[in-house]
Amino acid sequence: MSIENLKVNDPFADDVGDTQPKNYVHIRIQQRNGRKTLTTVQGLSKDFSPKALLKAFKKEYACNGTVIIDPDMGEVIQLQGDHRTKVMDFLTDKDKSKMGKYALQKDHIKIHGF
Amino acid sequence: MAETEELVILPSAPKKAVTFDDEENVDATNTQEAAADEGDGLLDLKKKKKKSSAAVGSDGLLDLKKKKKKKVEAKAEDESTEDKKADGDAPSEEVAATSSEVQFDADELANGTGVWNSAATSDLTYPLLLSRFFTLLKSQHPDLTGDGRRNYKIPPPQVMREGNKKSIFANISDICKRMKRSDEHVTAFLFAELGTSGSVDGAKRLVIRGKFQQKQLENVLRRYILEYVTCRTCKSPDTDLKKGENRLFFVTCNSCGSRRSVAAIKTGFQATVGKRRRQKV
Ligand SMILES: [Zn+2]
Repeated sequence: MSIENLKVNDPFADDVGDTQPKNYVHIRIQQRNGRKTLTTVQGLSKDFSPKALLKAFKKEYACNGTVIIDPDMGEVIQLQGDHRTKVMDFLTDKDKSKMGKYALQKDHIKIHGF
Repeated sequence: MAETEELVILPSAPKKAVTFDDEENVDATNTQEAAADEGDGLLDLKKKKKKSSAAVGSDGLLDLKKKKKKKVEAKAEDESTEDKKADGDAPSEEVAATSSEVQFDADELANGTGVWNSAATSDLTYPLLLSRFFTLLKSQHPDLTGDGRRNYKIPPPQVMREGNKKSIFANISDICKRMKRSDEHVTAFLFAELGTSGSVDGAKRLVIRGKFQQKQLENVLRRYILEYVTCRTCKSPDTDLKKGENRLFFVTCNSCGSRRSVAAIKTGFQATVGKRRRQKV
């Protein structure tokens, strides 16, 4: 029983559309064998050192991981296990021990998968 | 509107009906109803139904109707006991039995006569007034109730396991037909989101590599609908996806005419999984 359409909404707000590629950071999940999964983080800006991030992730989530250099996608962080929401939280955390002033906006990150 | 109705017709659909509302909306509805349901068990019932909509058995649509009817009945103060008895086993009968009563009541409600008359002295509770408001709103401005979307039901994905490593999404073509999207487009989206691959078998079922549960596919489908089906302006699911000029895809709404561009499906990075040993050799 919500009155959705009475919300104020700017008819032109989304006219720019999703087609203009915002530089999204994509966080994906992939199934491996059994219950095992991989989390990949793609599209991080060049300002970040993927290696440093990986190190932080590994420590934080007690998992292994690697940085893969993909010819098309650039450097991709790959972690063992499903850490999607945690990675998201980390990347948006303004805390000094996390991203500090480099923290990303939530709407710049896209989480994929189920 | 007509299209929406077509989508709602469910008898042919396999048993369960799922409302693919987007979560925030459901939340909003829930809280709203929670606020409204003090001391009104019936509203509560309705709320419960919505929360577990993915899991409710048998006749999703009928169910909803029944509950609506019941709410109207509650206004009729007494006489409800008899109906409650009937309601468990024979819903259609019940609807038939009470329809005249409800009709009468609805007339009174719409015209502002009877208990609704401003001169009447009987107490009108908040839930009562609220339900009158929504009944009137629904009859006179159906497009404002957000009903079009709530009625947008597609059957839940039927997922089976094949062996240990594959899942079969059996009713994909049915679901695609309801959304008016091509199987290929939906498949591409599924594969991109799930980071996997698969194939279509002889019975037009989709074979997906990896273990997936119904709930998981449902989540992905929900996201698909948000991104590629519903109209952003009026929330109608009655839209067409067409290739526009300069290779962009556009979703055109059939009820309000708005048009928006949508992103092409991109697979993104895919890690090599499990194949490495073979590659080395
Ligand atoms: Zn529209």
